[in-house]
Amino acid sequence: MNFRRFWSDYAPAVILFVAVIAIWEGAVILFAIERFILPAPSAIWSNFVENFDRLVGIGWFTTKEALGGFFIGCTLGIGTALATARWLTVREALMPFAIAANSVPILAFAPIVNNWFGVDNPVSKMVIVAVIIFFPMMINTVRGLTLVDPAALELMRSYAASEFEILFKLRIPNALPYVFSGFKVAASLSMIGAVVSEFFGGNRQALGVFITQEAALFRFENSWSAIIIACFVGITFYLVILGIERISIPWHVSFREK
Amino acid sequence: MSIQSTISIKNTTKIFNQGSSNEVVALKDINLEIKPHEFVSLIGPSGCGKSTLLRLVADLIVPTVGEITVNGKSARRARVEQDYGFVFQAATLYDWRTVTKNVQLPLELMGYSREERKHKAQEMLELVELGDFGNHYPWQLSGGMQQRVSIARSLAFDPPILLMDEPFGALDEMTRERMNLELQNIWDRTDTTILFVTHSIPEAVFLSSRVVMLSPRPGRIAEIVDVDLPMPRINEAREDPHYFELVNHLRDTLRKIEGEDG
Ligand SMILES: Nc1ncnc2c1ncn2[C@@H]1O[C@H](COP(=O)(O)OP(=O)(O)OP(=O)(O)O)[C@@H](O)[C@H]1O
Ligand SMILES: [Mg+2]
Repeated sequence: MNFRRFWSDYAPAVILFVAVIAIWEGAVILFAIERFILPAPSAIWSNFVENFDRLVGIGWFTTKEALGGFFIGCTLGIGTALATARWLTVREALMPFAIAANSVPILAFAPIVNNWFGVDNPVSKMVIVAVIIFFPMMINTVRGLTLVDPAALELMRSYAASEFEILFKLRIPNALPYVFSGFKVAASLSMIGAVVSEFFGGNRQALGVFITQEAALFRFENSWSAIIIACFVGITFYLVILGIERISIPWHVSFREK
Repeated sequence: MSIQSTISIKNTTKIFNQGSSNEVVALKDINLEIKPHEFVSLIGPSGCGKSTLLRLVADLIVPTVGEITVNGKSARRARVEQDYGFVFQAATLYDWRTVTKNVQLPLELMGYSREERKHKAQEMLELVELGDFGNHYPWQLSGGMQQRVSIARSLAFDPPILLMDEPFGALDEMTRERMNLELQNIWDRTDTTILFVTHSIPEAVFLSSRVVMLSPRPGRIAEIVDVDLPMPRINEAREDPHYFELVNHLRDTLRKIEGEDG
């Protein structure tokens, strides 16, 4: 991609970002907003730079929880979907529950799960993240495996292909775009899940705990700096998945030349 | 016993959604015997059941009443034993496979070696004049090119029977005539039996040894016309007075059918 194209694609976003920061900074100065209500971006930034090493350590702790939960949740979600792809009756029995469970605020269980595995144990956060991710992953994968063009299935039938061949040569490739959109949702959810479940208690060196404790001690710039780290990790995670998607399914509609 | 038919359709009726309010009698009491190495075309107004008849022979759907045998076995066994290649009305290529990989799909399923697959796919793509497009994805090709890929795919494993549902419908006039000659050539070189659906009466007459005209609602055989022009046909056949006679005759029949129906 050449520079001009890159610039014309991303210029509006960059300009908007700079504008928001400038208005924020201006408003804080103009209206003399107290720092415990809203610190100026410049104050947050200098705090961020000052505490960078410590923040990275804290961020990494929570990132590991998010990643652990992501892998467990995705593996189980995709695995269950593949298992139910074969058995229509099982799937039809399970799907309504999965869809219902998907709209349950699973984070509400965080205090209970913390209690099961120990508040300081990162596993408690991974479990929460994994459960949150499981349902959208499973639902997306099942859709991808079952929403197959009838003509494409008929072609397989004309070749007298086995269920197994149909799974590998048709259903799974067909499901990949759905799986990737599941991954993207899961990436955002995993970071949110990890940080928020830490609000209910956890290791002192974790993002969620750090954000709440520093806020309680009126050190708001510290909380804000931790939020920057959380944003950075969340966005990076998302972009990594976008990159893998581009490499894995270059044939997909979303990557075609316009 | 007389010569065994390659495709035998006996007293066949197909009713979709039987018993419900949107019941459709797509085909009624069809009897048709196709002998080895025949080239039979099906023509008739849209919705008269041409695709349905082809899909019955292919065992993609089962008849409501009647019996269909293919190569002396049940339609089901013929499908399982890969006795036919099917060209669908829509190209039906897999988006995630390149053109050459799409052509190789049946070969993969039939356990051809990697070398054979590559070789066969390239040969077939050259036949449909897409030799340079092997590494493209289907969506990078025009509709007519996609249809030619699907023709290459159906020919790749040299099936003894070809079932073709408007294979040249998406092609321009020039390409269509060239593909007609190519198909004629394949038919002539091999023992292939072909059942061919088209909307074009001249194409049906040019290619076939017999033309079967269907009438709609319910789909029945209206007329069967033997095309007694010398085989194999070359472009000169299109100038033969008898060719015109047959084309005009079929046009009249079609007009009558459409008149009754409308
Ligand atoms: N799966 C199906 N379910 C219900 N009705 C169907 C189905 N397939 C075909 N039909 C009906 O059967 C009739 C014959 O359809 P068919 O596709 O065989 O027509 P056709 O002769 O191939 O038409 P065309 O020339 O437009 O392709 C139509 O009335 C159609 O609506
Ligand atoms: Mg049709």
